[in-house]
Amino acid sequence: MPRTLFDKIWATHEIRSLGERTSLLFLDRVFMHERTGSIALASLAEADRAVANVATAFATMDHIIDTFPGRNDSTLMPSGTDFIRSLRHGAREAGIRLFDLDDPLQGIAHMIAAEQGIALPGLTLVCPDSHTCTLGALGTLAWGIGTSDCEHALATETLRTRRPQQMRVWFDGQLRDDVSAKDLILHLIARYGAAGGRGCAIEFAGPAISALPMNGRFTLCNMAVEFSAFTGIIAPDSRTFDYLDGRPYAPRGASALRARRYWQSLCTDTDAHFDHELRIDASACQPMVSWGTSPGQSIGVAEPIPAPQSLPTQAEQAAAERAQAYMAVTPGERLVGVPIDAAFIGSCTNSRLADLRTAAKVVAGHRVAPGVRAICVPGSTTTKRAAEAEGLDRVFIDAGFEWRESGCSLCFYAGGEGFEPGQRVISTTNRNFEGRQGPGVRTHLASPATVAASAIVGSIQAAERVGHASV
Amino acid sequence: MRPFSVHNGVVAPLRRDNIDTDAIIPSREMKRVSKSGLGIGMFAAWRYADNGRDKDTLVPDFVLNQPAYAETTILLGGTNFGCGSSREHAVWALTDYGIRVVIAPSFGAIFQRNCYRNGLLAIELAEASIDAIEAATAADPQKLTVTVDLTAGRIVTAAGEVDFSISSEVRERLLSGADDIDLTLRYADEIAAFREARYADEPWADLTDGAVPVPYGHEKQR
Ligand code: SF4
Repeated sequence: MPRTLFDKIWATHEIRSLGERTSLLFLDRVFMHERTGSIALASLAEADRAVANVATAFATMDHIIDTFPGRNDSTLMPSGTDFIRSLRHGAREAGIRLFDLDDPLQGIAHMIAAEQGIALPGLTLVCPDSHTCTLGALGTLAWGIGTSDCEHALATETLRTRRPQQMRVWFDGQLRDDVSAKDLILHLIARYGAAGGRGCAIEFAGPAISALPMNGRFTLCNMAVEFSAFTGIIAPDSRTFDYLDGRPYAPRGASALRARRYWQSLCTDTDAHFDHELRIDASACQPMVSWGTSPGQSIGVAEPIPAPQSLPTQAEQAAAERAQAYMAVTPGERLVGVPIDAAFIGSCTNSRLADLRTAAKVVAGHRVAPGVRAICVPGSTTTKRAAEAEGLDRVFIDAGFEWRESGCSLCFYAGGEGFEPGQRVISTTNRNFEGRQGPGVRTHLASPATVAASAIVGSIQAAERVGHASV
Repeated sequence: MRPFSVHNGVVAPLRRDNIDTDAIIPSREMKRVSKSGLGIGMFAAWRYADNGRDKDTLVPDFVLNQPAYAETTILLGGTNFGCGSSREHAVWALTDYGIRVVIAPSFGAIFQRNCYRNGLLAIELAEASIDAIEAATAADPQKLTVTVDLTAGRIVTAAGEVDFSISSEVRERLLSGADDIDLTLRYADEIAAFREARYADEPWADLTDGAVPVPYGHEKQR
């Protein structure tokens, strides 16, 4: 029987069926961060349970730590230090590799799992964080779990998992030169709604995906969860293999050759069955910006904001009204030209080297508009150093951006650093929920190029032909 | 885990779509490395004045702040309830507050799993059935109490009954309150054998002794 990529990975991890579509699945990797991993490790220790396989468990500091230069264990978030020390203690006691604050490889969990080659095609990986799906870009079956499941994963190397339905999103055509993967995923979510992914394991495929560089694949898979997917995944190909070549935890030598031969079989067979199929014309996608408080509430930057009464269901109408009141935008208005207070480049969605290069290309030789606060936070220390080696830090600093240490930073507000109530922020992050970047803060999601251009102009603005489809 | 079989309680409508976990418990309310004491932060931004920062002043319009709903233990939610971040704190906040059942047309997948892991019953029901429960309860403060019977798969209101279904695997675990880790560790030998076979097939999955590279100074920095 023809099988999907997902079927193949599921089959190599299914230890036994527990009935009713639920299986005991083997887990190859478990990743943690200080915000939720700390609790999982503490509660595991309290229950006097051991970590089943310390060699395949990893932890990093990314969520709560400060990103100011010269940072240490103290945080702007009240009691944040407790989380940092608790994870450090838990990881040390258990013998788990921790990418600590001062580690040259520290960074956002989903970024370093890729950078270090910890996530590989055909493996399963879980992390108590919803954006774990980012790693589907490598052909890894990776998904976010809760803290109790993380304890289960650590204690048993397995998870009781209900087999999700499967969806394929086929992207025809090619992205325009001024359009990025971020625009594409916002386009998809806007078109089918934030619940459009229906808890499915979604394979992203088609000519536009084959042509998409790894960076864009990470961005696309990162936001699968904003589409309510169980996870997103892309079949590994030569771009994937090139990306993984030489990564610290990736196979080398003869093992790498054998791995590659196996990885090449990780693709969906012709005629394999999906429960749902969607088709998107990538060439029709334009630079997107969110206008509301759900990623699904996004439009092309020059399109008018929809009138609530034009939406199909009553629930959508009510949600749109609420969102428009919160965001202080009006139906019919266009986002282009709307003045901003701040611009943020960062997060596991869009703070890899290619994103920084794209943004730097837009920013180079310009100054951030007066009154706008602009911040750039590389997603990992490795990325930060690589960017500095290319002089990108100078480009941002000279333009008036803050250049920070790596971490999640202003992607989310944890009671520490945030933007001011009522401020309008254009951001390369993935969530525009109420209060996500601080109480009362209005977040507009967009691509790195759009955020960079907006920072310079001082109002929402798409960048012209910066060629970021090629990154 | 606290077992669940039959529960009697006050039902409150909170039927917005896409109520995300940030709304259920804002990040800033997750102050301690702990699963307890989170009820006070539940729906903080909607429940308390000044976007949730003034805990001494309740927002009178918010449903749970109304006297009739003070004893709420059952919530009626909208589509995609619990979407967003994977934070289990959302479930711990609900259970700490006293919520035992959430009924919605659909749930965020991670949230729904987290519910079951903590003895919180998340019931998926068609919009029309939820309308019926709301209609049977909201109109009359005397009729706000309903019975949720997990064994029978039935919700009983003053106006009638609504059936629901849930996977038997989840139902059994909720009824028994058994610990998942204990249940799984019964298969420890099977898991170990599986690992060995798996590592033979995909040796690069194995990072035990010696397989772990020196993580510093790797040659290919990108
Ligand atoms: S960068 Fe933002 S979305 Fe990504 S893991 Fe950190 S907090 Fe979550």
